[in-house]
Order: sequence, then C-alpha cells, then structure tokens
Amino acid sequence: MNRNSAPARTEDPIIICRDVQKWFGKYHALKGISMEVMPQEVIVIFGPSGSGKSTFIRTINRLEAHQSGQIIVDGIELTHDVRNIERVRMETGMVFQQFNLFPHLTVMQNITYAPMYNRKWHRSKAEKVAMELLERVGIPEQAEKYPAQLSGGQQQRVAIARALAMQPKMMLFDEPTSALDPEMIKEVLDVMIELAQSGMTMIVITHEMGFARAVADRLFFFDEGLVVESGTPDELFNFPKEERSKQFLAQILSH
Amino acid sequence: MSAFYGSSIRSSWWLWSRLSWFFLYSNMVTALRTQKEVPISYDFLHDTAGFNLGESAIAFTCTDPIHRAMLVGLLNTFKVSITGIALATLLGTFIGVMRLSTNFLVSKIAWAYINVFRNIPPLLLLIFWYRAVFLKLPRVQEAIVFFDPVFPIYIANRGLFFPWGTPTESWSTYRWILLAGFVLAVFVAYRLRQHGKRTGRMPLVSLWFAVILLVVTLLGYVILPDPLEITKPALKGFNIRGGATLSLEFWGLLFVLVIYAAAYIAEAVRAGILSVDRGQREAARALGFSSFNIMRLIILPQAIRVVVPPLISYAIGFTKNTSLGLAIGYTDFFAITGGLILNNTGRAVETLTIILLVYLTISLIASLILNMYNRRIMLSH
Repeated sequence: MNRNSAPARTEDPIIICRDVQKWFGKYHALKGISMEVMPQEVIVIFGPSGSGKSTFIRTINRLEAHQSGQIIVDGIELTHDVRNIERVRMETGMVFQQFNLFPHLTVMQNITYAPMYNRKWHRSKAEKVAMELLERVGIPEQAEKYPAQLSGGQQQRVAIARALAMQPKMMLFDEPTSALDPEMIKEVLDVMIELAQSGMTMIVITHEMGFARAVADRLFFFDEGLVVESGTPDELFNFPKEERSKQFLAQILSH
Repeated sequence: MSAFYGSSIRSSWWLWSRLSWFFLYSNMVTALRTQKEVPISYDFLHDTAGFNLGESAIAFTCTDPIHRAMLVGLLNTFKVSITGIALATLLGTFIGVMRLSTNFLVSKIAWAYINVFRNIPPLLLLIFWYRAVFLKLPRVQEAIVFFDPVFPIYIANRGLFFPWGTPTESWSTYRWILLAGFVLAVFVAYRLRQHGKRTGRMPLVSLWFAVILLVVTLLGYVILPDPLEITKPALKGFNIRGGATLSLEFWGLLFVLVIYAAAYIAEAVRAGILSVDRGQREAARALGFSSFNIMRLIILPQAIRVVVPPLISYAIGFTKNTSLGLAIGYTDFFAITGGLILNNTGRAVETLTIILLVYLTISLIASLILNMYNRRIMLSH
C-alpha cells in the first residue's frame, strides 16, 4: 500500500457483491459479478463500452436495481426497502460523466443542499464544509456562480465536492473525465488522486491508465457483463492472462 | 424569381388589407351618417336595463342602469375564469404527470384524454355536454343527493345546490377573528421562511399557512355562538330551497372549459418535466434525497420555467373562451353586453367597442401579471 496515513486494514469488506445479475428486457447486461471492496481500497474498472461496467457501478447505489444476487454496502443489503436505499446513498457519493450539477442552483447551493436536507445540518455548518471542499478542489472563488458559468473541469470538481459534502464512506466515479477536454482532464484527476491518497474508498470507471497505475489497488476488466480478469495494476498491465484483456490493454495503452 | 414573386404577393396582400380596412371604415361612417337619429353616444349606459339577470354576484334588478348590468356580466366572466384557470391547472398537472407514468394503462388513459379533448372545437364540446349530459340530469324532485344529511349536495337539471351560511349577529366579531388569523398566518409564514433561509432547510411554508388559517377559522367558529347560520338545501314543493345554488349554465361552462384547457396544460406540464434532464434526478437520488424533495427542490423549479410561458397563453385563452357561454345561456360579459344590451338598445358600434376594449384589457392585465411572475422565476436562474 502506498498510503502511509492509512490504518491497518483489518475490517470487513465495505462493499460485497455476490453473483449480481441484471437484465434490460431480454438483454443480459450483468451475468454474475462478484466483488469485495475493503475500506480505503481504490478499484479501477475498465472495459469496452457495453461491457456492463457502468450498469454495475450503478447497482451499488441502486440507481439500477439488480435482479438476482446480493449487494451489501456498509452492512446494509440493497433490497426494495426505500429506507435502506436512502441510507446507502447517503454513504455513497457518486460522480457522473455528464457532471449533472443542478443548473438552477449556485455552486454553493449545489454542495450544501444534500447535507442540509438529508443530514439535517445547519446552513452555517454546511456552508463551512462546502467552502473547505471548494478549497480542496481548488475553486473557492466560484462559490456564488452558477454551473453554466464554469468550465467542464471546474464543473466536475464541483460535482466531486458536492458528493464529498455528504461525507460518504465511499465514492463511485462513472467515467468522470470522458466528457472533458484534454486540458481539463488533469485537474480532475489530480483531485481524484489526492482523494485516493487521503484514504477514501473508491470505485472508478476510467480508461486513464496513468491514474490506475498511480493509485489503484486492484483493476477489474469487464467484457460482455462479466469480469474477465482482475488483479493489481502490475499483474494486469505487465502479465495479463486472458487473450481478451491482452487485446484491449494493447489498444488503450498503445497511445 | 421566387423572391420577386414572394414580395409581389406580400405587397398585394398589404394593398388589399389596407383597401378592405378603408372600405369597412367608410362603410361604417356612411351608415352612421345616414342614420342621423343615432349618432355615436355612450349616454345609453345610464338608462335603466329593463331586464333581470338570474346569475349575479351583486344585487341587480331591472331598474338598475345598463352599466351595472355590464358589471354583473364582467363579474360572471371573472367567476368562471378564475375558478376555471385554477381547476384546469390542477387537473392539467395531474393528467400531465399521469401521461408520464410508467404504467401503460394510466399513461394511455391520459393520452386518450388529451387527444380527445384537444381535438374537438370547444363550442362543440360545450353544446354537446350541455345538451347531452347537463340538461339530461334528473328534475329537482328526483335530484341526485350526496352526503345527506350532514352536507347535502343536490344535483339536478336546474343546477347544483349545496349548504351555505348566512351571517348572524356574531358575524362581525368573527370577521375580525378571521382577519387576525390571516395576519397570524402571514406572520408565521414569514418567520418560517426566515428560519428556512437561516438553517438552509425550507419548511413547507404554504402548508403551515393553510393549517393556521384552518385552525383559527374552526376555533373562532367553536368559540362564538354560530357566526353563520347554515342552511341546507331541501326539496320544498317543486323547487329546492335553502343553501346556495350554482346554475347549470355556470358549472356546465366551467366543466367544459376546464376539461378543454386541462388537455393543453397537461401537454405543457409533460413537456416541462421531460425538459429536465434524466441525470438531474439520478444525481439527486445518488445524494440521498427523498423522491418528494427531488420533485420539490430539483425537478419542479427547472420544469416550471418551461411550463409557465404556455400556461400564460392558456390562461388568457381560457378567459376569452368564457364568451362561448353565450351558446348555453350563461350570462357572462359577452352574452349580456353583446347579446341582451345590444339587442335592447341597438347600439352595435358602442357595445362592440366596449366588448373589444374590455377583453383586450383583461388579457393585457393577465399577461402583464403572468409575465412579471415569469420574469421573476427566469431571473432566479
């Protein structure tokens, strides 16, 4: 582990997925995914589009319902029980490819609304935490602007701050840099690297292999709704076992 | 070639429209000059009306002046428009949300509703419903009665009869209690808003407002010795007496205009909700918001920007459509002024000018108010 501040990991897994399956109509999107994530672990998921990686990450906070198998997040099993779902969502931050900031609210309101309404914080506390987070992602001067007035990179950093304001135990990133111009990718990745080094549990869908090499503990390669191969960055990058992973890695690492 | 052709069509249209305006104007002037005995004059407004009106919000008899009859008509127009726009907005929102339901049956029912009522001319709808349904209601002797005996509502082919209170001696005191309750409710709502701004969590201000008003209203009623004497409608001889009545024409017109306008409003509401990106709901869900708060804080504030502009035109359209009441004998402003008064006095130019100006004024005021509201919600972007 490359994190000196991290305490020794003796706890139970914070996310447990067992044989998770999902159909969209007749289309079998997830064909039995199993994964255990330890606290403070950083997982990177990659694979071709349509491989089910995005669907999988969305089942963890139940933006998509799985149809068979079991998902236990922070000791709470995800079922149809709405209260359980809301509890899991409060502990699980999510960052989207398209940012999904609330356009009618200022940056400050985007960040403070969730802790104020869902954690019942007082406004003064929520705003103090929001300012700290904006400092952390490097844009404290943008607090009173509206999302449309920010660049893509700045918007995504606000989205990260918004998710962190709920003080989640884990963060899910669904291709956070795919919609960004190249010069803005680094500013978002820097924030994510800092977050990983601070000990946040993270599941990240990305094809930024530099990021994966720097902070990922384990990599999962998805294809056609299955985990084809998983392992440490060293194992996957240098000694991929499966033919499919070799092909895909050769393609994305070639440039 | 085509540009030349187009511009020649435009200029000939321009010429013809100017010519026809001139023709109409000179025709009117000549006609008025030949009828020397009736020059344009608005003095007739002070003459006695000479007719009675069944439907009136204010006291009116046949000896009152004509301008008061116009006022009665105007109030009747407002009565239908204001209740109708409110009801159509509620019904339209409900159907618009139904249309978006994932339930096939619910969504298809809303679809059928919208497409049936939007595609029939409102005049036809009105005459059909009035003749085929409302006039076919049972006679008063066989009226349909609901909630008897606590709150009897009679439905018959003469109208809708329901219990109503007439003021007693303690009413004047009760009025002050109501006023105090209103002031209290405004004060509490204001403080709640302030508190909401300070803590960040906005309470349901309008709900508290309504609860306080209701509690004060009920408390005052219990404390005072019956400020209102409630009379219930009951069948006496060949008529229903007691309580209050909504004429068949009033609620026939109201019903038809509401279902017609609601079909349009439903489509506007649907468009508004669909205009909010899917990702907004997902992001809010991922942050742990309840579905009620997602609607209230995230979806509706964004949807309303799209819904309000068409809603403005539907509200104005509704007000103008009340003039269709003429077809079933609802005495609105148009029926009284353009029907009764015009026929009785023969003052076509004067009455029609007044009608034009009044509808124009109503529409302009309505659009002014709604545009101010629209600008406010747009500014808060």
